[in-house]
Amino acid sequence: MQEMGFSGYRRENGRVGVRNFVGIFSTVACANQLTHQIASKVKGCIPFTHAHGCGQVKSDLKVVEEILVNLIMNPNIGAAMIVGIGCEGVQASKVYEKIAHITQKPIEYIVLMDEGGYKKATQIGVKKAKYLFDKISNQKKEWQPLSELVIGIKCGASDTTSGLISNPLVGKVADLLVDQGATVIFGEVTEFIGAEHFLAKRMKTEEARMKLLAAVDDIERRIILTGEDIRGGQPSEGNIRGGISTLEEKSLGAINKSGHRFINGFLQYGQVPPSNGLFAMDFPGREPEALTALAAAGSQMIIFTTGLGAPQGFPFVPIIKVTGNENTVLKMRSHIDYYESFLSSEKDSEIGANTLLRKIIRVADGEKTKSEKLGFFEPTNIWIKGPVI
Amino acid sequence: MNKIKVLDKKDNVATTLENLKSGEEVLYKVGSKTEKVTILNDISYGHKFAIRDIKKGSEIIKYGEVIGKATENINIGNHVHIHNVIGNRARKNCD
Repeated sequence: MQEMGFSGYRRENGRVGVRNFVGIFSTVACANQLTHQIASKVKGCIPFTHAHGCGQVKSDLKVVEEILVNLIMNPNIGAAMIVGIGCEGVQASKVYEKIAHITQKPIEYIVLMDEGGYKKATQIGVKKAKYLFDKISNQKKEWQPLSELVIGIKCGASDTTSGLISNPLVGKVADLLVDQGATVIFGEVTEFIGAEHFLAKRMKTEEARMKLLAAVDDIERRIILTGEDIRGGQPSEGNIRGGISTLEEKSLGAINKSGHRFINGFLQYGQVPPSNGLFAMDFPGREPEALTALAAAGSQMIIFTTGLGAPQGFPFVPIIKVTGNENTVLKMRSHIDYYESFLSSEKDSEIGANTLLRKIIRVADGEKTKSEKLGFFEPTNIWIKGPVI
Repeated sequence: MNKIKVLDKKDNVATTLENLKSGEEVLYKVGSKTEKVTILNDISYGHKFAIRDIKKGSEIIKYGEVIGKATENINIGNHVHIHNVIGNRARKNCD
């Protein structure tokens, strides 16, 4: 049998991208508009914005800086421009220096105050973005083996079909990918609560097992400390409408998407996995922060299961939306990439998993996902744990 | 056979993937065995009903695991959801 593969851009550090964007990255909430403005005026450019980068404790500013670096290193980014305003905690020049040391990707930065305001900064930013696009527009895709895939897995707007159909299906795909030597990352630690004993058993090392359990403990304690009833937050109103009654029920359904293989480690928020294989990561369920974590870790694509039809995309990582809800696939057709019906036998789910794997390969090869066609990927954010000060 | 899933032999709830009407008699499988239940409430697509009598305070089992406990007595065929179930985790008062 011919080895399965996909076409991708081989980067100078060996990582492989399935898209080739000029990423325009905001360092701070106040630079978001300038970032959007520049990206909207130049072909091949895509913006990444967030709500942070200033007025935060040092450890959180460090997280923002590291996540920006990791996002720029995502292999779907061919070139990048960092956009700041000048007075913020996360300085564009500093992010630039950090990046310039570790990559040969063309990188530029621009600072609103240095250029004398919004209008001038837009003009110069557009000029630089055009230069970056020219630099990468001749890059070509080459055949790559499946072991070069790095796939993020996420669920959102779940209902009971997520736990019954789409998550088990994606779990089977995760197994297929891991068996091919690919890398698979999942998280949403809040949705480990009540199901963590299953994951703990699959952790490869005692150290990783302790890290995972500590993260679950930490989030549960923080929720309890608020003194509030978690219902309505988790499960959400949508989850409850979809038939999910408790957080434990949601979690037991959610962890199915991680498949059955050993979990090599428990990663920090947005950390790049140190090897191939399956990894769990510390990130919350909410999409703007969760998808950023998977992108920063280097995911080329994200498989996203949904019950009710979660619409979120991500600027430079194609998201493949999978549902097992027969009503959702009709009503939310413009957002759903893959539908799997009631799986009645083991054979059905084998066929389903292989069909979805072929869909993933087609998307890697360039087939646009629904969120790419719609250009629907706002807002994005970075997860920080401390206060805005 | 109705589109109803029971995931584990220990489960005391089933999930329906069709809308069910109160009074309706439905058939579902647990492993290879076919079972019959009379539905006591209207139950929407994706929601759960009891396949055993569940006493107030006792565990609700799905996926063979505890997903919460009953806040009132639940009879076979009753809708099982937030009006009669509460989770045990990430909550201060587990009552």
